[in-house]
Amino acid sequence: MRFMVNRNVARSKNRWLLSGKATLLLMAVPCFVLLVAFVYLPLWGWSIAFFDYKAGLKFSQMDFMGFKSFTYMFKQPNFANVIRNTLVMSGLYFLTSPVPAIFAILLAEMNSKRVRQWIQTTTTLPYFISWVLVYAVFFSLFSVGDGIVNTLLLNFGWIKQPLNPLANPHIVWFFQTGIYLWKNLGFSAIIYIAAITSIDPELYDAASVDGAGRLNKIKHITVPGLVSTFLTLLLLGIGNLLNNGFEQYYLFYNAIVADKIEVLDYFIYRIGITMSDYSLSTAIGIFKTLFSILLITVANMIAKRVRGSGII
Amino acid sequence: MRVKSIAFHSINYVLFGSFAFICIYPFYYLLLVSVSNSDAVSSGLVVLWPSGFNVEAYKRVFVYKGITEAFFISVSRALAGTVVTLFFSSMFAYVLTKKELFGRVFMYRSTVFALYISAGLIPWFITMKQLGLADNYLLYILPTAISPFLLILIKTYLEQISPHLEESAMMDGAGYFTVFMWIMMPVSVPVLAAVGVFSAVTQWNSWQDNFYLVNNPHLQTIQLILINFLREADAFSNPANMNDLLANASRQRISPFSLKTTIAVVSIVPVMLFYPFLQRYFVKGIMVGAIKG
Repeated sequence: MRFMVNRNVARSKNRWLLSGKATLLLMAVPCFVLLVAFVYLPLWGWSIAFFDYKAGLKFSQMDFMGFKSFTYMFKQPNFANVIRNTLVMSGLYFLTSPVPAIFAILLAEMNSKRVRQWIQTTTTLPYFISWVLVYAVFFSLFSVGDGIVNTLLLNFGWIKQPLNPLANPHIVWFFQTGIYLWKNLGFSAIIYIAAITSIDPELYDAASVDGAGRLNKIKHITVPGLVSTFLTLLLLGIGNLLNNGFEQYYLFYNAIVADKIEVLDYFIYRIGITMSDYSLSTAIGIFKTLFSILLITVANMIAKRVRGSGII
Repeated sequence: MRVKSIAFHSINYVLFGSFAFICIYPFYYLLLVSVSNSDAVSSGLVVLWPSGFNVEAYKRVFVYKGITEAFFISVSRALAGTVVTLFFSSMFAYVLTKKELFGRVFMYRSTVFALYISAGLIPWFITMKQLGLADNYLLYILPTAISPFLLILIKTYLEQISPHLEESAMMDGAGYFTVFMWIMMPVSVPVLAAVGVFSAVTQWNSWQDNFYLVNNPHLQTIQLILINFLREADAFSNPANMNDLLANASRQRISPFSLKTTIAVVSIVPVMLFYPFLQRYFVKGIMVGAIKG
């Protein structure tokens, strides 16, 4: 009897191995381990926010601070300023969000396919280059001594003093928005171009028969065809309200524009790396992540309520 | 009506023409400055073609060992990182399409949730150190092995491949790994090309991992070297002999400005060489994903 049971176990074990489920698991485990190691393991570091962190010490040796770092965060002299800059930059990016759709609509109106492709190829180029190079580009165009813009304008006598938009606190918000748009416009338009291609061409033919002109076709066929894509992207963007990214702000940061350009991502870097206050920097990071998750959840709920399907 | 149409098209062409121009010209300008005489540059003579053509700046730059070394580090991380991402992300995407995989739902949800969660700079920084990745080449290629975004793109593609293809291979006795490597990967080339392009470009453009965690002068990336040159003032992060290079250059009548643009050109050459090819695959991949999603 006992022998039988053992044999059954052995047989089912064999079957399990043969069915390939073991292979599947063997393929999945290393991938899952990598995911956990680089996405979830660092979450353990959130505990730093609750201790008076000192490198080299064990948590048991550090002072427990509770939520002190979180209250300390709001008392930082710059904090209100940083939040204002973050919201202003996000707000300006938000205002430019229809531009890629307009780009796609106008591009679709061009008759020659080759010209359309050529424009797409050239305008997506800035997306593929690094922020470092974007900085190099703007530096070389606008630099005070050698930059081409200043040299030409001075030579033509259009300006008396060289312009220095990279160090002008009055326009820095718009300048950075412009740079961001320059880098991303061509690329962001791709998704709308795809959406326009998937609109049934018969709709346009029918409209032509009914005597609709270019503007009417855009208004009544193309735009309604893009609305759902636009709204989905907009709702997804809400989750990024506090994430302006680090690279652009790190590279274009300088003492003159500092007050206007320090966003939350830069603040986290400055507190954590430059000032080595690990606990405070971690607390701000936690605040940012949790707030983003809250926003995206709300956006998802709104999407579900309004159109019956979520965005996540 | 016709007049209106002509006006519309002209305005449209002018708009797109100027935008295309400001997207390309800056890069052309960098190239011009790098091969022109420095004095001609600062007096505004270099606008459309080089003046006083010379490649002195390039000679200077390539003599500086840090730059050639960094160039190869960046090339190698772009290649190795892409291979690692393609292999692990698509293998994970493949097994996640299998209902019989133990813990599938849990693993898939963890992957999707990873899109929205970020531990933040300091926790990431400390964890990488504790994993022994500081000053380690593996820091460049392991963290991106599983990219949730790319994984979802691949998984969407795999799901619409006919199951008969796989079934017939399985009948012939092929296991899951064989099917994945020799059947699913080859038929997914369109999406893998897009994913590969995306990850290669991301790798080439990365510098933050280097900036925070790698001090070893032999493991620097070209992007960080470029940053250091662009902001020469930052004495701490500068390799000691960078200042020598700048001083030497000015003795040779090459302005620091020319030198900076030259390094910028060097850092963009690989992207430019493959760009037309990259762009086509990438746009196609995004289109496929966009229409499906």
